[in-house]
Amino acid sequence: MTIAVVDSGGANIASILHALRRLGVEPVFTADPQVIKAADRVILPGVGAAGCAMQTLNKHKLSNVIRELKQPVLGICLGMQLLFQSSEENDTELLGIIPARLTRLKKQPGLRIPHMGWNTIDYLRPDPFSDTFSDDLKQKWFYFVHSYAAPVGKWTLASSNHGQPFSALVRQDNFYGAQFHPERSAKAGASLLKSFMELKTCK
Amino acid sequence: MSQIGKMNHNLARRIVPCLDVRDGQVVKGMQFRNHVVIGDIIELAASYRDQGADELVFYDITASPEGRRVDTDWVRRVAEIIDIPFCVAGGIRSVADAAEVLAQGADKISINTPALERPDLINQLVTAFGSQCVVIGVDSIATDGQYTVRSHTGTPDAMRSPGRKTMGWLAEVVDRGAGEVVLNCMSADGTRAGYDLEQLTAARDILPIPLVASGGAGSVDHFIDVFQQADVDAALAASVFHSGQIPVPELKNQLAAAGIEVRPC
Repeated sequence: MTIAVVDSGGANIASILHALRRLGVEPVFTADPQVIKAADRVILPGVGAAGCAMQTLNKHKLSNVIRELKQPVLGICLGMQLLFQSSEENDTELLGIIPARLTRLKKQPGLRIPHMGWNTIDYLRPDPFSDTFSDDLKQKWFYFVHSYAAPVGKWTLASSNHGQPFSALVRQDNFYGAQFHPERSAKAGASLLKSFMELKTCK
Repeated sequence: MSQIGKMNHNLARRIVPCLDVRDGQVVKGMQFRNHVVIGDIIELAASYRDQGADELVFYDITASPEGRRVDTDWVRRVAEIIDIPFCVAGGIRSVADAAEVLAQGADKISINTPALERPDLINQLVTAFGSQCVVIGVDSIATDGQYTVRSHTGTPDAMRSPGRKTMGWLAEVVDRGAGEVVLNCMSADGTRAGYDLEQLTAARDILPIPLVASGGAGSVDHFIDVFQQADVDAALAASVFHSGQIPVPELKNQLAAAGIEVRPC
């Protein structure tokens, strides 16, 4: 199985690569459209600002390549956000795979932003992906770091809450996304990544 | 507390062991002096991961005062085995330094002295990597009823007083986009007499971003107090964890029993 991790800029890609290696797979870190198209699984990471990540994808002519992928794609943190239509962050147009807009977490007294730390998620509906790792109730704690959030909608597999409910885990066809960092969420995160690797596909 | 706890939903209060690194090994001293070697970085990091620590901070205590950069080899080795977030502090003086540490797999970088010398570095780091990566370490001490910051605290002989009031500095780092503050209360550090609740409460009032308490942890009650009274997001400690005096799982059980939201081990 080949796993392509898309080079969308941002500094800390290493933690995702190491997490995949701990699961026994050797990922390919690449911005090459041919390598990405041919991979069995594609991971879209991302840290930093949405605008910078979109610029990097557009520079490598990857936006359309990603939209047209048919194999399972997993966006992580900013990578998940990129799957959406647009973001309030510098009013950025994103990939447009999920029809919703990200907004900044609303300031409220006593609420810390960024939302940084371990939080729980609530599974909203059955899905072959999340069902494989959500059975054990221990798999509900994940590590989050973000200031912008996606609304809850029909794409939401699981939600979390930080002053407001938001999408923690999403799916639109073959596109999956986690707002949290599975690569930094101890055993719960490892089991999510493993489930992603083991998804049944009819490619 | 209860209302704020609700507001943050289930966001767990974090337990953060701090590993002071010198020459590739973990060391511990009293009030920044008399360091003794207590173990190997990788072994200790793996042990805290297995105990259920929520996050780790590695502080290269010699890099900053000696004017050299963090050795990134151990950062990479930690990133390979660790599946919880970790932050690297000490010796990061530029966007390029930070990029190198983050590229090796660190989740966050923490800066202290360089931020005091060139506050604009905070803005530069935030622009380059986002707020969530940028932690500001603040060493603070109470003198004449005022809290003031200290710089170059890695070695006592190099320590300086840059003449800044702590609370003003905290407000400034928020304005500049910092994502988190670690407030090390120097009078309490190494004493095991409890966190400086008064100072941390004052800092809490100023900070809309996560606040990590540092300095003075000596018992489980100290952790309960700092979460309940100073409403900090995370509590950092070193010696009580390194000595085995407070095992992380037992600490978390007792915090949960006191009604404080923690991630189960």
